Amino acid sequence: MSFISGRRTGRRGTRRFTRRDLVVLGVLLGIPVLLDIAIVWGPTLASVALSFTSWDGIGDIKWVGTRNYANLFTNYPQFWPAARHNLLWLGFLGLVAAPFGLLLAVLIDRGVRFSRFYQSTLYMPVVLSLAVVGFIAQLIFSRDQGALNAIVGDTRTPTDWLGDPDLNIWMVLLAAAWRHTGYVMILYLAGLKAVDPTLKEAAAIDGASEAQTFFRVVFPTLRPVNVIVGVITVIESLRAFDIVYAVNHGRNGLELLSVLVTDNIIGEASRIGFGSAIAVVLLVVSLGFVATYLIQELRGEKDR
Amino acid sequence: MSRRNLLRGAAVGAGAVTLPALLTACGGGPGGDGKTITLGSNSSDPVPKKAFAEAFDAYAAQSDGRKIKVNTVDHNTFQENINRYLQGKPDDVFMWFAGNRMQFFAEKGLLHDVSDNWQDYKGFSAALKAQSTGADGKQYLTPYYYYPWAVFHRKSLFTERGYQVPKTLDEYVALAKQMQKDKLDPIAFCDKDGWPAMGTFDYINMRTNGYEFHKSLMAGEEAWTDKRVREVFDTWRRLLPYCQQGANGRTWQEAATSLQKRDAGMAVFGLPHPGAQFPKAEQGDLDFFPFPVINPEHGQDAVEAPIDGFLLAKKSKNLKNKKSLESAKDLLKWLATGKAEDIYLKSDPNNIAVNDQADTSNYSAIQKKAVELVSGAKQISQFMDRDSRPDFSSTVMIPAIQKFISSPNDVDGLVNDIERQKKSIFASD
Repeated sequence: MSFISGRRTGRRGTRRFTRRDLVVLGVLLGIPVLLDIAIVWGPTLASVALSFTSWDGIGDIKWVGTRNYANLFTNYPQFWPAARHNLLWLGFLGLVAAPFGLLLAVLIDRGVRFSRFYQSTLYMPVVLSLAVVGFIAQLIFSRDQGALNAIVGDTRTPTDWLGDPDLNIWMVLLAAAWRHTGYVMILYLAGLKAVDPTLKEAAAIDGASEAQTFFRVVFPTLRPVNVIVGVITVIESLRAFDIVYAVNHGRNGLELLSVLVTDNIIGEASRIGFGSAIAVVLLVVSLGFVATYLIQELRGEKDR
Repeated sequence: MSRRNLLRGAAVGAGAVTLPALLTACGGGPGGDGKTITLGSNSSDPVPKKAFAEAFDAYAAQSDGRKIKVNTVDHNTFQENINRYLQGKPDDVFMWFAGNRMQFFAEKGLLHDVSDNWQDYKGFSAALKAQSTGADGKQYLTPYYYYPWAVFHRKSLFTERGYQVPKTLDEYVALAKQMQKDKLDPIAFCDKDGWPAMGTFDYINMRTNGYEFHKSLMAGEEAWTDKRVREVFDTWRRLLPYCQQGANGRTWQEAATSLQKRDAGMAVFGLPHPGAQFPKAEQGDLDFFPFPVINPEHGQDAVEAPIDGFLLAKKSKNLKNKKSLESAKDLLKWLATGKAEDIYLKSDPNNIAVNDQADTSNYSAIQKKAVELVSGAKQISQFMDRDSRPDFSSTVMIPAIQKFISSPNDVDGLVNDIERQKKSIFASD
């Protein structure tokens, strides 16, 4: 508004940037924007374009229209399981690991004995890369030489924790949740520390029970943390890759969209067009979450 | 200045900054001192790594001042990155496999023609030459060693229990049944890495339908829905109850270990696989027999014996230098001699030399037997993932075989799946 009114009063010149301002702005704004275009938007749009072609990475790029997508949806047995597994990942981390992390945070925040010890133990896995978690999982779950089967002691018909396609996804989810829980816990701990104690006191004076205090008073004040936890959970689920790749290259029950992209593009196969089509599907799914998040946030802004 | 102009200006500015850097990254003239050759190695396991180091040292010692710089990369990683590797900044010389897997890259123009070298090579059979030749009739590979696939077992276990080497599939199954009674896992079995079980498929296929069918099936010329392919899976299903359960969760190292520990009686493997898992003192106890006869018409004619060798990368910058190219070719010439193979095999007794001038007198019993097996073969196949297109074998066949192992009853659905995908992949060119 002030810009327009400035115009009206004829003070155009003073409102303009000086040449130096423009240069500074151009550099400070231009370079990040360019990098963003070159590193993020360029490859994204290139993937979308390549998804309509057939290319082995060496020869000519051939336009094939929507054939890759048709193939993907009807003709690629790994695709639907991969999409399902990504959703399962989201559900498991969001509905099991994250609430569990919250529970642990609340317990530790209440100051149980040895809470520092629990806190550091639970947080420990977070410093590990998921690929390392994958290797650890193999040491535990391997059928012939794994620790779990040795403890259970069933040598005649040992359970094939990582080779049975009905079972291995759950084992891997457990391993992933092992890490995610610690992550979520630490975020909630920080959030809980920031909750104003007077709120709890007020609630106690009003005669609220422990549970009521938590669900009616404390939890709502954690909204910013909830949003962060939600966002990282979605990110973790969509980008899940390293742990299944470490276990068995994301095959035989551990398919994920990210693995299929890699298998087709990075692997020896070099079906770049086809792999790009899978990447675009992953992109669309991610955009769905991003859009929902943004809409939520913008709405929240208006309500406030 | 409007905002649009500002953005446009910034874009041009940044472009001017980054573009020259990109261009210099692409360009660059021939380099190197002509005497140092870089070599990309996929031999990351300790035994072959050491053996190769000895061979290269021996080469450097006899050449006047030529040196080899070896870049070793984990075997599977090397394999998966080969496409990008050869297009990016490859080493001058690199290790790779014979057959279709090599021809694929030759066709893309990523390999150096070494036909002139081949005119001087001695001691290579016609079959070796054929496996080293591209579709254009030129040679691209210098073979170094190979290793046959067969059914491996422990000699002592067989004599102890009085097991007889089976000749036919029925005898094989009968033996497996006996082993099961004796509380053994009859056949050690693994497919976590995706490729080991391909060897079993190849053998059942070649024994049932012959080598020619294997070749055309791998080349995409036969339908996977054909009744001959179904027969292969049916036979395999008959064997599955005698195979170690949970194969999709087991690596080949674990499977070979169970053979070594006498938990399992037999295993279909290549020579280096059990070889690497048997301690030195027990290696004399390792033995094998050729995969049993299924269809008498084809007998045991075909042997699966993948050939490994050395190739020159066309995109190597160094090779644009004439002197470096000469050095690299000189290295290949040396590696092609029987003597060079002897040096390698002395430290890695799990393969056999390709050159018939190699000294076999120091071979272990099992190596001698392997030579016999290969030289008696009417046809030599490479391996499913070496005889077919990489995009087909890795994205279609690995998941398909793993699926078959975990749920072997839906062969119709399986072969239909494979055939549909095969059509789309082979049609993509």
